[in-house]
Amino acid sequence: MMDNKAKYPDPQGNPETSHFWEQAKQGKLLFKRCTACGEPHYFPRSLCPFCFSDSTVWEESSGEGEIYTLSLMRKSADGPYAIGYVTLKEGPSLLTNFVDCDMTKLKIGQKVKVVFKPTGTAPLPFFTPVG
Amino acid sequence: MSIKGKAYLAGIYEHPTRHAPEKSTAQLHAEVAKGALADAGLTKADVDGYFCAGDAPGGVMAMTDYLGLKVRHFDSTDTGGCSYLVHLGHAAEAIAAGKCSIALITLAGKPRTGAMPPRATGAELDFEAAYGATTHNIYGMCAMRHMHEYGTTSEQLAWIKVAASHHAQHNPHAMLRDVVTVDDVLNSPMISDPLHRMDCCVVTDGGGALIVTTEAIARSLKRPLVRMIGHGEAIKGPRGGKDLDLTYSAGVWSGPRAFEEAGVTPKDIKYASIYDSFTITVLMQLEDIGFCKKGEGGKFVADGNLISGVGKLPFNTDGGGLCSNHPVNRGGMTKIIEAVRQLRGEAHPKVQVANCDLAIAHGTGGLLGVRHAASTCILERV
Repeated sequence: MMDNKAKYPDPQGNPETSHFWEQAKQGKLLFKRCTACGEPHYFPRSLCPFCFSDSTVWEESSGEGEIYTLSLMRKSADGPYAIGYVTLKEGPSLLTNFVDCDMTKLKIGQKVKVVFKPTGTAPLPFFTPVG
Repeated sequence: MSIKGKAYLAGIYEHPTRHAPEKSTAQLHAEVAKGALADAGLTKADVDGYFCAGDAPGGVMAMTDYLGLKVRHFDSTDTGGCSYLVHLGHAAEAIAAGKCSIALITLAGKPRTGAMPPRATGAELDFEAAYGATTHNIYGMCAMRHMHEYGTTSEQLAWIKVAASHHAQHNPHAMLRDVVTVDDVLNSPMISDPLHRMDCCVVTDGGGALIVTTEAIARSLKRPLVRMIGHGEAIKGPRGGKDLDLTYSAGVWSGPRAFEEAGVTPKDIKYASIYDSFTITVLMQLEDIGFCKKGEGGKFVADGNLISGVGKLPFNTDGGGLCSNHPVNRGGMTKIIEAVRQLRGEAHPKVQVANCDLAIAHGTGGLLGVRHAASTCILERV
C-alpha cells in the first residue's frame, strides 16, 4: 500500500520558528538544544521546556532515527496514511508521517531518514525507511 | 484543604437522545440542565455556579446568558472529553471554599448532525498539522506501542468491547445493544492499526448534566446521598520529545492524587466508570490508576473481568462510550452519571452492583498519544 499524494497545509511560521522553516528550504532538519541544561528538544521553543533557560541554540539533525510507534490510518477521505513518532539519533521524538514506502511493511524500531515535502510555503519534514 | 466529603452529587441527567437533528446545541444544554435540576428537586434560580467546556456554544458567558442563570462562580476549563470530570473536581473545590453552593455542569452537542468545531491548536500547529493526527490513529499509535512493549493483544482489547456490549443490552437508550464476541471485534474492519471499528466508541448527539451541592442542601433534598471524596487531575504531552512514552497516560498522576485524598485504594472500589473512547483507552487507564500493574492490563480485562456479575471490576454498566453514548465525542459526563446511578442503586437491575458504596469515575481528554489531560473522581454513597 503506497501513500497518496496529499496536499499539506502551509507552515505559517512566527518569530520563534522562522529560522527552522528557512533552513527546511535548504533541506535541513533543525532542533533546539539548551546550553544551560544540555537537553535537546523538538518542536523548537525559545525557552527550554525543561530548565526554562533562554539559552537555546539551533542544531542540525542528521535526519536519521527510528520508528517509535505508528498507525496505518485507513479511514481517510484522501486515502490511507501512516502516522507515527520518530526518535531522532540526537534524542528528541517527533510526530510525522511515513512516506515513499509500502506502508504495510512499517515496523517499530525500523530505521528511517528525513525527506522534505513541498508546501505553498516552507517544506515539511517526513520520514522514509532506510535501505 | 481537602474536598473530601464536602460536595454532594444531588442531580444527574443523561439526555435520552442519540440523534437530534431537530434541536440546537444550546437547546440540548438547556434540556440537560433542566433534567438534572428536576432530578435534584431544585430550580434554575437555585443555581449559583456554572461549569461548561468547549462544546458550549459561545462559551460560559453566552451559555450563562442563554440559560438565564445568575451565578457567582464559573469555570470553562476545556480538557476535551474529561472536562466534566475536571469540572466536578473544581465544583467540589468551589463548594468546599464557599464560592458557590449549587453548581450546574452541562455538556451537549450534535456531532452526528452537524460539523464539530475545529480542535483548538497551540504552538505545535505548524509542526504537527500536516500529519493528520485524529483520535483513531493517535490512540492506534498508543495501542501499537503497548502491544510492542507488553505483548498486549487485539483479543485482550476486544474483551473490553465485549464487556461493554453485555451491559448495553440492558440499556434501552444505548446506540448499540447487540452483545458481541471477541471474534466479532477482530472481524470488524480495521480503522487505524491495530484498532478495529469495534475498538472505537460510538458517535452520538446528546448530552448530560450534573448538580453539585453542599452537604446541608443535599440532605434537604429527597435523593440518595452521593459525595465526592477524592479528586486528581493532570496533563501530559510529548514535552519537547524527551523520553517519549506512549504506554501511559496522565492517569498515573491524577489517580494516585485522588486515591490519596479519598483515603482508599483501587481494591476498595466496587464499580468503575472508565473513559472508553477506544478499547486501548480503558486498558491503559486501568493500569495507570492502579487496578493492575503496567503491562498487565491485557490479562486484567480478559475473560469478562469487567462484566457486572461476572468479573471482579464491573465497568461502564450503561454500555459506556463503546456501545451506549459518547455525546459530542466527550465521554466524561456519562462516566460520572453512571457512577452516581450505581451508588444510588439506580442502575439497571441486570447490571447493578450489590451494595455499591464506593465508585470511581476516571477519564482522559484530548489525544492520548499527543497532548491530553486526565481527571479522577472518587465517589461514595453516604
